[in-house]
Amino acid sequence: MIELDDVHKSFGKVEVLKGITASVQKGEVVCIVGPSGSGKSTILRCINGLESYDRGEISVEGLKVDRDAPSIVKVRTQVSMVFQRFNLFPHRTVLENVVEGPLFVKKEPRAQVLERGRALLGQVGLAEKADAHPPQLSGGQQQRVAIARALAMQPKAILFDEPTSALDPELVGDVLGVMRKLADDGMTMVVVTHEMGFARDVADRVLFIDGGVIVEQGPAKSVLNQPQHPRTQDFLRRVLHPL
Amino acid sequence: MKGFWHDAAEFFPILMSGVALTIIVTIGSLLLSTVLGLIWAMMRVSGIKALSMLSASLINVIRGIPIIVLLFYLYFVMPDLGVTLSALQAAILGLGIAYSAYQAENFRAGIEAIDKGQIEAAQSIGMGWWLTMRRVVLPQAVRIVLPPYGNVMIMMLKDSSQASTITVAELALQGKLIASSTFKNTNVFTLVALMYLTMSIPLILLVRHFEKRAGKK
Repeated sequence: MIELDDVHKSFGKVEVLKGITASVQKGEVVCIVGPSGSGKSTILRCINGLESYDRGEISVEGLKVDRDAPSIVKVRTQVSMVFQRFNLFPHRTVLENVVEGPLFVKKEPRAQVLERGRALLGQVGLAEKADAHPPQLSGGQQQRVAIARALAMQPKAILFDEPTSALDPELVGDVLGVMRKLADDGMTMVVVTHEMGFARDVADRVLFIDGGVIVEQGPAKSVLNQPQHPRTQDFLRRVLHPL
Repeated sequence: MKGFWHDAAEFFPILMSGVALTIIVTIGSLLLSTVLGLIWAMMRVSGIKALSMLSASLINVIRGIPIIVLLFYLYFVMPDLGVTLSALQAAILGLGIAYSAYQAENFRAGIEAIDKGQIEAAQSIGMGWWLTMRRVVLPQAVRIVLPPYGNVMIMMLKDSSQASTITVAELALQGKLIASSTFKNTNVFTLVALMYLTMSIPLILLVRHFEKRAGKK
């Protein structure tokens, strides 16, 4: 349902994506791993049009992603995003954060949206925090609210941009747990992450990106357990055995 | 200061009619400068180059002209161009335009202080430019903008006295008229100063309140 065909992207003179071709099927969980600055996040941000791309084509459910076209709203309501730094709206309550999109973008009936919002907060284990404001929550709780906000849009896929990188280590598990449950329920997910355990256990497929190209890809277990390319081997060795 | 309280009691009613006009000019030009300032600021952050440049040059032109000259222009020159304004209209229009430049810069600073991640989050749930502004950016920018906005209110209250130069009989002009007909300069202008101060103090307290609230996260 998400197709990338020879996508190129430069920031000024630096080419960060040098021809990315990949696809994500419905119901699939794809993890993107690789060193910092390799272009992982940029790929995600191109998929929902937060960044433009210079060459190639990205499409979601057959709809071309073009951030300057009106159709981008349709893409974004179908593909939600969870950010590294949560980006919850601090001036609104937790529940208001969750229902903001359905209410004001999709213009769904209020009572129905509120009910769904509360149910989603229950699903991420934060039903009792509905009326709190985000700054009163821990990072892990905020990220779970952000996941509920993404789900409230009833998206066909969710993009996760290093969702646990800004969290205290003891809070990572709660967020990964929620994500694992989503994956089990059949949600299509693209996850940029440094959590190799999560990638190995939950992902169907792993893409290893370095220097703006896909160096290696395949089923999660084979890429992470028996990497073929020396750069993948080197990266995984550093990540898994840093000492 | 001989017989100050006696003079004060005598002139107070006349000066109060000036106060009424001072308040009308201040509130009128405050509203106008707020609306215009918002428009300039929105143009500035619209991301559309032509609009942003137009707004930047407008702001610079307005900032570069003294308020008093703007008032003279509106009141004395516009009739030559076929537009006749009453003194009060010209005063509100002139002060409103003059202050719109400062308001715009203040609003822009508030808008640009909002974390980029907020805008991306809004976009990621499908919000367009205007919805992002209305639901995400502006409500958060208000907190940042209010303290300097309060200061502008105080400055506008005092600068409304410049309307006296185009015959608006506000507080300063009423004071001057009484003083020149009674020669009681000291008592009259002391009274006028006290009356401006009395109007400023609530605003000063308001600014302090805004600052406290903005400091609290």
